[in-house]
Amino acid sequence: MAPISAHTVLIVAAILFVLGLAGVLTRKNIIFMLISIEIMLNAAGLAFIAAGSRWQQPDGQIMYLFILAMAAAEVSVALAMVLQIHHQHKTLDVEDLRELKD
Amino acid sequence: MQQYLYLIPAMPLIGFLLLITGGAQFPRYVTAMIGAGSICVSAIIAITMGAQFLLYPPLEGVYHQQLWHWFNIGKLHADIGLQLDAMSLVFVCIITFIGALIHIYSIAFMEHDRDYARFFASMNLFVCSMLLLVMANNLVLLYLGWEGVGLCSFLLIGFWYESEANCMAARKAFVITRIGDTAMIIGLFLLFRELGTLNIREILALAPQYFTTGNTTVTWIALLLLAGGMGKSAQLPLQTWLPDAMAGPSPVSALIHAATMVTAGVYLIARMHTIFELSPFTMHLTAIIGALTLLVAGCSAMVQTDIKRILAYSTISQIGYMFLALGVGAWSAAIFHFFTHAFFKALLFLAAGAVIETLHHEHNIFKMGGLRKDMPLIFRTFIIGAAALAAVPFVTAGFFSKDEILWFAWSAAGGHPLLWVTGLLGAFITAFYSTRLILVVFWGERQTTPGKLPSSAMNIPLVILAIFSIGAGWIHLPHLTQVLPETVLKPAHPEEIIFQFIAIFSTLLGIMTGYMLYYLYPHTIRGWKESEGLMSVRNFFYAGWKFDQLYDVLFVRPFVFITQVNRNDVTDKIYSGIATIHLQLNRFLSVSQNGSLRWYVAGVLIGILFIITLQILR
Repeated sequence: MAPISAHTVLIVAAILFVLGLAGVLTRKNIIFMLISIEIMLNAAGLAFIAAGSRWQQPDGQIMYLFILAMAAAEVSVALAMVLQIHHQHKTLDVEDLRELKD
Repeated sequence: MQQYLYLIPAMPLIGFLLLITGGAQFPRYVTAMIGAGSICVSAIIAITMGAQFLLYPPLEGVYHQQLWHWFNIGKLHADIGLQLDAMSLVFVCIITFIGALIHIYSIAFMEHDRDYARFFASMNLFVCSMLLLVMANNLVLLYLGWEGVGLCSFLLIGFWYESEANCMAARKAFVITRIGDTAMIIGLFLLFRELGTLNIREILALAPQYFTTGNTTVTWIALLLLAGGMGKSAQLPLQTWLPDAMAGPSPVSALIHAATMVTAGVYLIARMHTIFELSPFTMHLTAIIGALTLLVAGCSAMVQTDIKRILAYSTISQIGYMFLALGVGAWSAAIFHFFTHAFFKALLFLAAGAVIETLHHEHNIFKMGGLRKDMPLIFRTFIIGAAALAAVPFVTAGFFSKDEILWFAWSAAGGHPLLWVTGLLGAFITAFYSTRLILVVFWGERQTTPGKLPSSAMNIPLVILAIFSIGAGWIHLPHLTQVLPETVLKPAHPEEIIFQFIAIFSTLLGIMTGYMLYYLYPHTIRGWKESEGLMSVRNFFYAGWKFDQLYDVLFVRPFVFITQVNRNDVTDKIYSGIATIHLQLNRFLSVSQNGSLRWYVAGVLIGILFIITLQILR
C-alpha cells in the first residue's frame, strides 16, 4: 500500500473539522453538539498523527493520546452536566436554554 | 484661683450634656435644677473669681489656664486655653450673672412647653460657647465659641419649629451671620499668614512691630474682622436678621439677641484693638457704620407695632452706639455701654415676655394699653428699663454710658462733629420710642384682658435687673485700661459738661415729643395717618428701610433665577455625558450576549478566523 501523503490526511482532517463545526452550529440537541465537538477533537488528533508520520516523530502520537484522555474526561463532565440540565429544565434544546444572557 | 478657671464654661457644658442625653426622662423640676443650676454655679464662680481678680490683681493682669493642646499643624498651634483679663471679666460676669437670672426666669416662662429639656440644653450650650468665646486665649478657640453661639442662636430662634415663619427666621439669622463669619475666618487666615500665630496676646504684641500704620494687609485684616463683627452684632448692612430673630422665646431674645451674643462683635473688635488702631481707615468705617446703624435702626424702632421688634431695633441701634465708640477709639466707653445695655435690655425683653405671656401671646402694642394698674410690678420694672434705654439723666445706667460715647464721638481723636450729631439724633429718637412704648403699653384704655400674672420666679429676676439698670452706671469698670488703651482726645476739645447738657436736653426733648404725641395730643398722629407722604415714610421705616426687599432684589431673586436657568447643571452635563456614552456602548455590546449557545460558537469561530487571517496576511 502506497504511503498516504500528509497532505491528503490533512484534507480529511479539515473535512472532519468542518463537519464537526457545522454540527455544533446547526444541531439543537446538546448531546449531538457534544458528539460534534468530539468529531472536531478527532480531526485535531488526525492532524497530529499526520504531522507525526510526516516528520517521523513520536510526538504526534503522544499528543493524540493526550487528546483522547482529555476527550474522555471532558465527555464525562459534559454528560454529567447534560444530565443536570435535563433534570432542571426538562429539555436539551439549546434554543430553550437561554438563561445566560444580559 | 486661676486653676478653677475651666469650671466657668465647664458647668454649662455639663448641664448641656446631661440635658441633651437624658433630658426627656427627667422630671421637670430636675431639668430646671440642672439647666438653671449649672449657670448659677457658674455665675457664683465667676463673681468670686472677679472679686479675687479685683482685690488681688494678678501680676500680668490676667488669669491663665492652659487645659490641653487642641491640634498642631505645622506652625499652627491651637490650644484649649483660657484667659481672664479685665475685659473678659466684664463679659464673663455679665454672661453668667444675667444668664443665671434669665435661666431662673425661663423656669417659669417655659413651664408649659413640652420641650422643656431641649430649651435648657440649648441655652446651656449657648452660655458655654459664649464663655469660650470671651475666655479663649487664641482666635481658633474664639472662633469655636463664635460658631457655637451662632448654632445655638439658630436652634433657639427656631425653637418653636412647627411654624414655618420661625424656621425661616432661624435660617435667615444663620445665613446672614454666616456671611460675616466667612469674612472673619478669612481675616484669621490672613492674620496667621502674616504673623504666624493666632494666640491673642502674641498677636497684640507682634502686630505693632510687624505692620506699619495704614498698611494694606493690616487694613484688610481689620476690615474682615469688622465684617465678622458686623454680622454677629447686626450692624448695617447685615442687620436684617435680628428683628426676625424675635421669633424665638422671650428669654432667648433677652439672653442671646440683646445682652450677650450680639455684642460678640464689640468684644472681637475691642479684643483686636491693636489691629484696628493700625488701620485708621477701618476705625473711621467702624464709627460711620455704627452711626448709620443707630440712626437707621432707631427710625425703624419708632414705627414698629410688635413690642419685641421695637426692642430688637433698639438693640441694633444701641450696638450701633458701641460700634461708634469703638470706631472713635473710645474702647472703654464701648465696653461700659455693653455693660449697662446688657442689664436694661435684658430687663426690657424679660418684662416684654411677661407682658406677652400675660396677654395671651399678644405682640401688638396697640392691643395692650392700660396695663399700669393690672401689672404694677412689670410696669415699674419696664419703666426703669425704658428710662435706662432712653438715658434719663443721672438716675439710670444708660445715661452714663451713652453720655460718655456722645462726648467721645466729638472729642476723641477719631471723632467728628457729624458722628456726634448722628449720635445725638439717635439719643432723641431712642428717648422718643421708649416713651411711646411705655405710654402705649401701660397707659390708655385696656384692650386685652390680662390672664394669670407672672409668678415670683419671673418677678425676682426682673427686680434684680431693674436694680442694676439703675445702679450699674455708678459701677466703674476698673482695670480696663490694663487691657484697652486710653482714649486719645483731640488737642483742643470743649468741656465735657456742655455735651452732657446737650445730651440731657435731647433726651428730654425726645421724651417730651413722645409724651405730647402719644398722651396729650393723640389726634395729631391720627391726622398724620391721613397724609400719604408721611404714611409712605412710616411704611418705609416700618419695613426696616426695605433692606429685606433690597436684598431680595439684589441677591435672592438673581440667585433663584440663575438656579432656575441652570436647573440641569451645565458642568454636570459633561460628567453625565461620559456616563451616557458608556451606557450606550454597554447596550450595544450587551446585545451580543443573548444566551444562545450557537451564537457564541459563531462568535468564537469568527474570532479564530480573524486571528488566522491576520496571521496569514502578516
